[in-house]
Amino acid sequence: MTTAAMNAAAASAPARSPGLWSLAWKRLLGDRIAIVSMVVVILFLLLSLASFVGLVAKDWNREVAINYAPPTLFKDSHKPAADLKAGAKDGGPAVDSGAAKAEVVNDRDPLRDVIIELKGQLGQATGEVDSGIKVVDPLADVMAELRKQLGRTGDGAVAQADEKRAEHLPFGADKWGRDVLKKVIQGSETSILVGFAAAIVATLLGTVLGAFAGYFGGKTDDALNWFYSIFSSIPYILLVLAIAAVLKQKGIVTVVLILGLTGWTSIFRLVRAEYLKHKARDYVRAANAIGASNMRRMFVHIFPNISHVVLVQLSLHVVLFIKSEVILSFLGFGVPVDTVSWGSMLNEAQNELILGYWWQLVAATAFMAVLVTAFSLFTDALRDALDPKLK
Amino acid sequence: MAAYIIRRLWQIIPTMAGVILLIFTLFNVVGGDPAYLLAGKISNPEQIANIRKQLGIDEPYWMQLLIFVKQVVTFDFGASWSTNEVVSHMFASRLPASLMITVPLLILETIIAVSIALAVAYVRGSFTDRAAMVTCTVAQSISILVYIIVFQYVLAYKWGLFPVQGWGNNFGENLFKFAALPILIALVVSLAPNIRLYRTFLLDEVNQDYVRTARAKGLSENRVMFVHVLRNASIPIITNLMIQLPGLLVGLFLIERFFSVPGIGREVILAVERSDFPVIKAITVYVALATMLANLAADLLYKAVDPRVELK
Repeated sequence: MTTAAMNAAAASAPARSPGLWSLAWKRLLGDRIAIVSMVVVILFLLLSLASFVGLVAKDWNREVAINYAPPTLFKDSHKPAADLKAGAKDGGPAVDSGAAKAEVVNDRDPLRDVIIELKGQLGQATGEVDSGIKVVDPLADVMAELRKQLGRTGDGAVAQADEKRAEHLPFGADKWGRDVLKKVIQGSETSILVGFAAAIVATLLGTVLGAFAGYFGGKTDDALNWFYSIFSSIPYILLVLAIAAVLKQKGIVTVVLILGLTGWTSIFRLVRAEYLKHKARDYVRAANAIGASNMRRMFVHIFPNISHVVLVQLSLHVVLFIKSEVILSFLGFGVPVDTVSWGSMLNEAQNELILGYWWQLVAATAFMAVLVTAFSLFTDALRDALDPKLK
Repeated sequence: MAAYIIRRLWQIIPTMAGVILLIFTLFNVVGGDPAYLLAGKISNPEQIANIRKQLGIDEPYWMQLLIFVKQVVTFDFGASWSTNEVVSHMFASRLPASLMITVPLLILETIIAVSIALAVAYVRGSFTDRAAMVTCTVAQSISILVYIIVFQYVLAYKWGLFPVQGWGNNFGENLFKFAALPILIALVVSLAPNIRLYRTFLLDEVNQDYVRTARAKGLSENRVMFVHVLRNASIPIITNLMIQLPGLLVGLFLIERFFSVPGIGREVILAVERSDFPVIKAITVYVALATMLANLAADLLYKAVDPRVELK
């Protein structure tokens, strides 16, 4: 470029020094780990978005394979079905029968209810269902007989029982023959949704309270600090469990509220410190001089200058809440029974592992580990990019 | 010093009042009427009224709050709703099992985490350092549940190195037989985040001028790292330890639950599952108190470690 052209360019568009965000973006793109982890996170987000709008894994609840169908890659090496079940019937390990009982108790499958009901009408022993569940399509003949007797052509649920089921699936199947791959995608959706929603709730709460405490100081600061000290003196997980004990109705909203309402404390402290630092700066006093209101000064003038702190905290808390949600759901205090999450999958996997069915455990663990690792690395890179001094 | 301690203890009172108010709001106002829960499925109005009277929840809220405050102050939370065991007795009998896992864990974890952090901080920026950090990040992303499930299955169930679960009556048997695997798992889980944390604490120190001076005057690397750097980095490390302390008591609840260890953490889970409010209330209030006292102790420890620290 000639000097003249440069001058012309400079004249037409006054030289703009790159802002914080574009600099940070450039630094982020210069970091290979950051790019890889960002791509992984975006892939997960797209996957759960696709699952959310129903493009993939919509029918995760359908029983498409035989019970505990092994993953395709391991279909030859894994032949547990016959001998393990025989072992279980011969009285096997004590844990096994306990697990089997738990399965029956936890059974909320509409199809099975229908079958039990229909069998009851036939006057057959319903107890048979318990042991029959594990055998491939055990009620085929019963269903055929039923159809004849009742003259039913069968609704969707009943018809399903007659379908040909797969012997193996790419990721295997769970105890009802549901596709583990679809379950784990559905689980990603739940966990990511809860993680993000709870992180947004916590960040909003922490930022607004922190802004008020830091900006106004005095009595407001004292009151909010008191509030903060209450929440921070109770260990996080204990507070979560206490609230879970009180809130009876289960649901994704409840989990989000539990996590969001308890997890805002560290954000509050950081944001408060930032506002304390910024409120006396010249640009805020200038805003005051031109008559900007308190709210305007807090959220229009100061907030953009501390938003990088908030963004990093948001990112950190997504990871934290995804992990917490998994534990809550595992314990049965999290998402409701008809929703699948990584935590509820791990809960099922715990009993399955003893029977030798490891694929659900591996699928849930692998998906979670990949997302959380990528998200943590991305958060680290984001922090380094936004605050190069820290490095 | 004495004035400082008294002032800090005095400051605990309003926070404690807040904790009591929060727990009270949660369990007595939001929590709804537990009488129906306790009476079970077959209940009549007299029964319900009777239970309400027994629990004191037919009183107005301010009266209930007074009862709760009295319970906190006198350590008398009455009996558990589900097992009828006196709550204070429950605490006393569950604490040893929790401590049996927590105390060895804390000692081992601190020694191992600090040594590894020192080693990786010393070779900072090298391949070893980066490999260790990546390992920690990945190890941290795997849920604690997976560690417990897999370790219990492989080490105890498959290989039979440890008992799958259980607890004995004998101190030695408990410590070396039943607590061994829980401690091992807790160690593996807590090492990764702590090594990362301690490494950053140490890295803050290794670039300081006094380290250069120590090297310049010819001190051995051992002396520089173990005496100069470690002593200065010990303040944030102590903070981290003290902050972990009260949470550890309940924080091991998953491990206690999996291994049927009769500790406080398992009791919390059982109480939440059974909606056993007195037990949860008692544990929450006292653990909050313990947290505040631990924070105070941490501040006092700073003074002992670093004479420059001024207590205000």
